[in-house]
Amino acid sequence: MVSLIIQFSRYAIIILMAIYTMQSYIVFSKKDEDDKDFLFVRQNLMMFMIHFIAFMIMYLKQEDTNLMFLYGAQFIYLAATLVFFRNLYPRASKLVVNHMCMLIMIGFIMITRLSFDEAVKQFKVVVISTVIALLIPAIIRKVRVLTKWTWLYAAVGIGGLGLVAVAAQVTYGAKLGFVIGGISIQPSEFIKIIFVFCIAGMLGNAQSFKDIVIATVVAALHVLILVYSTDLGSALIYFVTYLVMLYVSTRKMIYAMAGVAAGSVAAVGAYHLFSHIRQRVQIWQNPFADYSGNGYQVAQSLFSMAAGGWLGTGIMNGTPDSIPLVEMDFMFSAITEELGGLFSICMILVCMSCYIMFINIAMRLSNRFYRLVALGLGTMYAVQVFLTVGGAMKFIPMTGVTLPLVSYGGSSMLSTVMMFAIIQGLYILREDEEEQIERFREEREWQMEQNRMYR
Amino acid sequence: MRDSEKKENGKWNRTECTDEEKSIDIPSFVNGSSHENAEQEMFREEPEVKEKKKKIYEKHVPKKVRNKAYVRMAYLFSAMFLSLVGYLVYFNVVLIDGVNRNPNNSKRDAQEAYVIRGTIYSSDGEVLAGTNIDEEGNEIRVYPWSNVFAHIVGYTVNGKSGLEAIYNNDLMTSNSSIQDQVGSEKNNEKLRGDSLVLTLDSRLQEAAYNALGAYKGAVVVMEPSTGKVLAMVSKPDFDPNDMANQWEILNADDSQSPLLNRATQGLYPPGSTFKILTTLEYLREFPNDYMNYTYDCQGSMSQGDVTIKCYDYEVHGFEDLQGSFQHSCNTSFANIGLQLDNDKFAQMCESVMFNGKLPTVLPYSSSQFTLNGNSSVGETMQTAIGQGDTLVSPFHMALIVSAVANDGVLMTPYFVDHIENSDGIKVSDTKAIQYKKLMESDEARILNEYMQSVVNGGTASSLSGMGYSVAGKTGSAEYEVNGNTGSEDNFSTHSWFVGFSNVEDPDIVVSVIAEDGGTGSSAAVPIAREVFNSYYNYVKTY
Repeated sequence: MVSLIIQFSRYAIIILMAIYTMQSYIVFSKKDEDDKDFLFVRQNLMMFMIHFIAFMIMYLKQEDTNLMFLYGAQFIYLAATLVFFRNLYPRASKLVVNHMCMLIMIGFIMITRLSFDEAVKQFKVVVISTVIALLIPAIIRKVRVLTKWTWLYAAVGIGGLGLVAVAAQVTYGAKLGFVIGGISIQPSEFIKIIFVFCIAGMLGNAQSFKDIVIATVVAALHVLILVYSTDLGSALIYFVTYLVMLYVSTRKMIYAMAGVAAGSVAAVGAYHLFSHIRQRVQIWQNPFADYSGNGYQVAQSLFSMAAGGWLGTGIMNGTPDSIPLVEMDFMFSAITEELGGLFSICMILVCMSCYIMFINIAMRLSNRFYRLVALGLGTMYAVQVFLTVGGAMKFIPMTGVTLPLVSYGGSSMLSTVMMFAIIQGLYILREDEEEQIERFREEREWQMEQNRMYR
Repeated sequence: MRDSEKKENGKWNRTECTDEEKSIDIPSFVNGSSHENAEQEMFREEPEVKEKKKKIYEKHVPKKVRNKAYVRMAYLFSAMFLSLVGYLVYFNVVLIDGVNRNPNNSKRDAQEAYVIRGTIYSSDGEVLAGTNIDEEGNEIRVYPWSNVFAHIVGYTVNGKSGLEAIYNNDLMTSNSSIQDQVGSEKNNEKLRGDSLVLTLDSRLQEAAYNALGAYKGAVVVMEPSTGKVLAMVSKPDFDPNDMANQWEILNADDSQSPLLNRATQGLYPPGSTFKILTTLEYLREFPNDYMNYTYDCQGSMSQGDVTIKCYDYEVHGFEDLQGSFQHSCNTSFANIGLQLDNDKFAQMCESVMFNGKLPTVLPYSSSQFTLNGNSSVGETMQTAIGQGDTLVSPFHMALIVSAVANDGVLMTPYFVDHIENSDGIKVSDTKAIQYKKLMESDEARILNEYMQSVVNGGTASSLSGMGYSVAGKTGSAEYEVNGNTGSEDNFSTHSWFVGFSNVEDPDIVVSVIAEDGGTGSSAAVPIAREVFNSYYNYVKTY
């Protein structure tokens, strides 16, 4: 019976996910707040159903009671996160909270399926991250000096990355981080956020061309240190984010063009200078040419995705663990193998919906600095999703970055949850502003009424 | 202090902000594109109102312009997300079969816990590969025909080869009915994988296998009108039932290479069979006066320091193009070669798949044609008669002759007629599809006639008068024997035959190579005759 249940669960999970995804776009067309709320609650229902089905299958397959405890803990976590955000920050964007929980839930399922121990570790990190995240909107609301510390951000960013480049251990061919007390920390994940604050501060206050040059030099230092550490994925994310922020803050297409041109020249140069970049490109061109060597990982990723097809093999029915580092850089392939290509398409669309919400929030803000912060963080998120998903599919060369919120990894999880929380904080600020405007308008109308009466 | 500043700002904002604030300046992304509409609507309103609104609107231009860049970025990155979706769709529609069939792909091996590998049948219902289960529940892959289908069906020990490897995914997929699935689940049994029903015919395969006898070489039999491959034999061979024990020996045997499928992976000089293509090129370059070609064969000809001789220095005397083809006259063809444009010749050969890809799922070696505008006179003459640096596989020759037999059109060759589930219900069907037009039907008709003349009084005359008509071309391909330093003995001859039967509406194409078999007529033609005979005795009986 179990394998039949798995067969049918495949369809159920895909249908639930498809409904969830459709709702995240339908909500834009709904004007009425109550309608929206109803939709958001239904989205949560979809999420909990997928979570339940997935754990039921894993339990039927493994008959390990520990799974039930983990399920319970995860369920409580997800429910608590939703409840806390709603009550502490009733003005936070519910769609973004829903998406955050949905993506974390997908990560829970896949990491539990891949390794129970890692799932427990990841769960702890997620809980800690979320507690921190719950504080962030309050901090943003109260601490107004965040906009002023531009040079501090630059110093911390460049210093932190420099330390990694000089002192960090080499893992998987790149210098990524330190191990402190058994916990490995990847500073570049956190410096991402600081970088966005730094550049937003510099470009937000830029008065002259000289200011832009200074901002460019600071950004270039970040990127060059990352290239030196051979953390190419992060280097690319920082670079693209800077370009987007530069273009949006100056509104000069010529700067963006110049940046793209410089980036292209640098990419060609790097290709000829560094053998590991050539290697990545060769793998991308044909991963099977060096199947047993460098191409193995990408080849296995493709085999996984092909084994999954549209509908997936069903949870616990595939072998995503044949991909080295699957729980970090190749989470997307594992999801595609077991949950199916259709599910993955929905997941990409959910990520896109997150990004659109971020930009939406950025556009509604009036403070130039916060607008740029929201845009920068949103861009970082989008580029990272594009790099990891595109790399796993062999659409672009593999760069070795994680799928935010879904992949295993403490630093990545904490920094992404913080990013989401910061954007929520900005969204709440915006709502505050609107409320003020509303209040002033009411006052004025009242005054006008008064004036009219006295006239 | 700062708070009061903020309030000041707020107040300043407030005085400027009217109701327009909401509708114009705080657009969400989705209705962000409605700016232009809002603008147009404004101009449609009453002049007085319009003037007023325009004023307000202009004051807020900076914010609108600011948002424009955001909207642009949103579109750009949304397009990137959608490109990911697009590529995933492309992957699932176009690329997925290739990845699933990749020889390195061992994904399906995980299915071994749930699925018993499907059976492979010949087109006449013989089991070519099946899985038996012994009393202890061990699964053993059995090949009842042992060596006969060794290369094409392949093996499953120490990796996989042949169709076992290419269709691994299908053999390990079970499309059994829901009842069966529930039944096996209940009894804790594995599911039966799907079966392949091949186009290969066991009677033709066996005939070809026996006829090739002790020769090393290969035989390919195809149906030119559909592309079905009816037989594919390669020797030396091996017993796929005994791979575990033989593995070391088979792999160590470099001089014999028994694991190599010579039909697709063996490259040979084509010898006189290549005159089909030399003739085709002559027809193309001299479409109006090829009939007027004449040559006086003296048994040999010399150009520079290269001498081309006919077999046994036979003097053919005056002959036209057809006569040259019929008698496989080397001197005449060397003469033709000198009249051809080498670059065009190379272009034509590439259009018939030399130096390129063959339309097949099997692993193969690309055939080679190296002649170009800079080639020497000697090379040009050698190439025209099928010597020189030209190399071709027996399968490739079968494809070219298939096109001749099928009005110039090559059908995509295939090996799996259909796939069915364990209950014999069809899951998928291979359709005959046109691969490429290799030559015009007029050209094919002329070559067909010439090849008939080879059988009716030429080098393959032992195929005439059999109760079915045959057209063909023999070849005796000289090659250098490695390590032999004797002056005359360091050359040996491969025996070739390519041709088809029932010349008006061709039934089958046969391509034969017997290594070291001497002239075409001595070894290859008798092998082809056996294949034709068994086809008309067993497969197509009237």
